[in-house]
Amino acid sequence: MRMKNVLATRWGVIGVGAVIGILAAALQKLGNPGNMGVCVACFARDIAGALGLHRAETVQYLRPEILGFVLGSFLAALLFREFRPRAGSAPIVRFILGAFAMIGALVFLGCPWRALLRLAGGDLNAVLGIAGLVFGVWVGTLFLKNGYTLGRSQPTSKAAGMIMPLIALGFLLLLFIYPQIQGKGMSGVLFYSMSGPGSMHAPLLVSLAIGLVVGGIAQQSRFCTMGALRDLILFRQTHLLGGVIALVLAAFLANLVFGQFEPGFIGQPVAHSMHFWNFAGMTLAGLAFCLAGGCPGRQLFLSGEGDGDAAVFVIGMVSGAAFAHNFGLASSPSGIGPHGAAAVGIGLVVCLLIGWSMRAKGV
Amino acid sequence: MNATIDARGLSCPQPVILVMNRIKEQKNGTIEILVDTDTARENVSRAAGSKGWFVDRIEQDGTGYRIVIVKK
Repeated sequence: MRMKNVLATRWGVIGVGAVIGILAAALQKLGNPGNMGVCVACFARDIAGALGLHRAETVQYLRPEILGFVLGSFLAALLFREFRPRAGSAPIVRFILGAFAMIGALVFLGCPWRALLRLAGGDLNAVLGIAGLVFGVWVGTLFLKNGYTLGRSQPTSKAAGMIMPLIALGFLLLLFIYPQIQGKGMSGVLFYSMSGPGSMHAPLLVSLAIGLVVGGIAQQSRFCTMGALRDLILFRQTHLLGGVIALVLAAFLANLVFGQFEPGFIGQPVAHSMHFWNFAGMTLAGLAFCLAGGCPGRQLFLSGEGDGDAAVFVIGMVSGAAFAHNFGLASSPSGIGPHGAAAVGIGLVVCLLIGWSMRAKGV
Repeated sequence: MNATIDARGLSCPQPVILVMNRIKEQKNGTIEILVDTDTARENVSRAAGSKGWFVDRIEQDGTGYRIVIVKK
């Protein structure tokens, strides 16, 4: 029998949440944008920009944190013999869920992690986003109770399970081959921002190291923000919720220490105050995460441990981010994009149809 | 052996839902659950424990695990 996994205990998850909260606040202190120490949605969007998949010049950076998440999870899974290549559970549905989850998150301006970090930094708009997230997850649990399933994955080859870690490694190499050049918007094949959130980042090696650490401990602890809400609603279980609360409290305390706590609704970093759309955007994201079985961070960690379906969700997120900026769906500090409202409406209809139509048939 | 649940290949939280549904029907006895990931193994064991079931044993089964839970 394997040794006990300490990080997957109640106190383990709480500890991991606290470490993520402190490291996220530290990343902000070291250069990442405000209340965006780590944001899977924003950073996947920045990666889409760095690769030229969208041309919003202020959000282009191949964020090493995200690459570190995948690689850290991969290494932890190998080390603890948990690397299990698997795939084949409705990949196209997961791609669409990833894309709409991202579009919803970019209407709010943040993934669940950033919603928590925004709250911990005093951004009260996050309350609406978190309320929307809870509502979306609740809707998702109704489908789960009625037998919703995307079907089974099957074991697959080691090579297939390693595709996502290898993509992360490849992008990391690109980051070293084509480093940022002061005052230039391009370096080799990569785009860089000269202003805006994409230009704000902690030193590459610090971001990468923190990404690797968080990837490793999150993989082992199964940390999942959406899962925390879902398990509370479905099973009255508070196991994962402990980690989420610890993340908020730790980030809040770290923000106080770093002088980064500024309570209020107005003038918050990379945020807007259109309350309904903050709520609705995260409702869409929460529903999509719930139907896909994990928050965006968790999907990255799963993709690192060989889950090809989670990898498809991640690619869907990056694609969704590209559409969000190319089609004017993403919000900005001045409010929602010209077609953000329509995208949220379409996304909700699509997710509800997926929830209704994907039922167990002799699974 | 009263029941076997095959939860292999299912995403979170479906393995736990299957076990919880079975526990509602079957008040005691033995339930065997097949899972394919460590996360599902931990989640199923935790959920069973929260409902007063005892994890009797966990065996390696192919690339996954066979969990046997018991309630007297």
